[in-house]
Amino acid sequence: MASYIVRRLALAIVVMIGVSILTFLLTRTIPSDPAARWVGPHARPEQVASARIKLGLDKPLYVQYYRYIRDFLHGDWGHSIRTHQPVLRELFSYLPASLELILFGMVIAFALGIPLGIISAVKNGNTIDHLSRVFSIAGVALPTFWLAMILQLVFFKELKLFPLAGRLDMMTSVISPIECVTGFYLIDSLVTCNFAAFGSALYHIVLPGITLAAFPLGLSARMTRATMLEILGEDYIRTARACGLREVKILAVYALRNAIGPVLTVGALTFAYSLVETFLIESVFAWPGLGYYASNAIMTVDYPAIMGVTLLVAFTYVLLNLIVDITLAFLDPRIRISYT
Amino acid sequence: MIDRLSNAFRYIKRSPLTVTGSSIVFLLILVSLLAPWIAPYPKDTGTSHIEEAFHSPRLKHPFGTDELGRDIFSRVIFGSRISLKVGVLAIGLALLIGMPLGVIAGYSGGAIDEVIMRVTDTFLSFPSLLLAMAISAILGPNLRNAMIAIAISWWPWYTRLLRSEAISVRERDFVTAAKAVGAPWGRILFKHVLPNSIVPIIVQASMDFGGVILTCAALSFLGLGAQPPTPEWGLMTSTGRTFFLTHWWIVTFPGIAIFISVFAFNLVGDGLREILDPKMRRARR
Repeated sequence: MASYIVRRLALAIVVMIGVSILTFLLTRTIPSDPAARWVGPHARPEQVASARIKLGLDKPLYVQYYRYIRDFLHGDWGHSIRTHQPVLRELFSYLPASLELILFGMVIAFALGIPLGIISAVKNGNTIDHLSRVFSIAGVALPTFWLAMILQLVFFKELKLFPLAGRLDMMTSVISPIECVTGFYLIDSLVTCNFAAFGSALYHIVLPGITLAAFPLGLSARMTRATMLEILGEDYIRTARACGLREVKILAVYALRNAIGPVLTVGALTFAYSLVETFLIESVFAWPGLGYYASNAIMTVDYPAIMGVTLLVAFTYVLLNLIVDITLAFLDPRIRISYT
Repeated sequence: MIDRLSNAFRYIKRSPLTVTGSSIVFLLILVSLLAPWIAPYPKDTGTSHIEEAFHSPRLKHPFGTDELGRDIFSRVIFGSRISLKVGVLAIGLALLIGMPLGVIAGYSGGAIDEVIMRVTDTFLSFPSLLLAMAISAILGPNLRNAMIAIAISWWPWYTRLLRSEAISVRERDFVTAAKAVGAPWGRILFKHVLPNSIVPIIVQASMDFGGVILTCAALSFLGLGAQPPTPEWGLMTSTGRTFFLTHWWIVTFPGIAIFISVFAFNLVGDGLREILDPKMRRARR
């Protein structure tokens, strides 16, 4: 087990170094001169030249990379060209809003997706299965940005049930502002007993949350179905059936436990996917999160900010994969044995 | 081979969803080929007539007109050409990068394999949309760069898949025989190993069509793909954003077009997977 974890950790570190090199190279192949961007549009040539020296762009590429990594590890992720603020601090101020939205969406998705997938697998081939398959494939095929707008049309304009955009309504944020504890409005408002703000926050998160859930819901349902089908075709399930065990027991005890691995993997992957999906959703719902920050950075070719977001998401992705692999090794002895 | 094909065809016929998916895909290809003839206003891909702006759907304009008075129905029809083109070119480019690397990694093993696979892992550790976004933001936003960006974020999947196929093929007798008669390395690789491990890649590539169309639409929506006045579906929903609360049809129809095409390609992909994976068939009681 220990050797497996060490091997897996080493691999993750290699990949993270690769990710940092790739991101670094991407920002150095930028068509416009970063130094010129830094000083702004009406700068004199000598100002650009001094900015180039200040940013270390006059040094060879490997020196630039070394400095970049050194600063990166010291928590200095550069300064945003647009706001001239440290990128890392900005990222952390935008992150909680995105995380709250993602967690909210994932809870909806998995609470519905896993049961849907199980029903679909058990009723393989009949109408319920076809319906749930259509539903889950549709969830994966929906363009999120479009779904977001359609939900706004239906629930804001026509039914007047939910607000159009934002995280909190103006009145609440003035009359009973939320004290920042974790940055998660739903949690912060609850722990400070600010129920008016809790209501408003909940009211605002529903539409973006549903939009975000569509993709993981479809994916988790499809994945649960595929895995359950595979397992239900295994010999030990046939044996269990032949021994006359009750179907519920077969499903809950024998099949579902073995299906948990792939579902867990999909959970971690969809989390990372959702992190990117929020780029689209947050721009439609004006949700002040990481995606909102990223779209602004992209529009203004603010490359330190683009790089920061890219690295943050990619590292999260690598870390999640690492956690999943190690958890799976704990759950499934076959994985760790194959590595020893 | 013929036996396998007819078997596959039987399964397709038995699954109504796969039949539906393939029919829509077929229709989509037909529409894109015949676009200049079926679109009522083929010139509306470029020209605008402000006096016709914001007409709601009616007989003359089945999907209404947009803020520049262009017929949305015609633009949606022409949009199918762009989506299919992006799908073919982006996946083609991804295959062109991914397949040689995969076959080399799988066949050679050792250090070469290790290096190629670590590079692949690096690319795979980015969510593909994020990588595509970063690349097209940096290359400069236009449709060609979006295609390149999609291909760069997509090739590692093919490398990984082809590598695992190549590993099993390299142990087969005909490869040993080719080695024994002294065939050069490149010949074994591209004449013997590659053709014999290509089927799963082709299947995977056809399944990825939906994902690529969706990614392209998302990039255009963020302003990183096609630029106005291109009748690209994602771009059409993006430019319609300003007006959609008062003129719902501007974003609704291009969005439906994206959804239906991605949905159809995914249905076909889902069906293909079921056909090719006997384990799943066995579970059908």
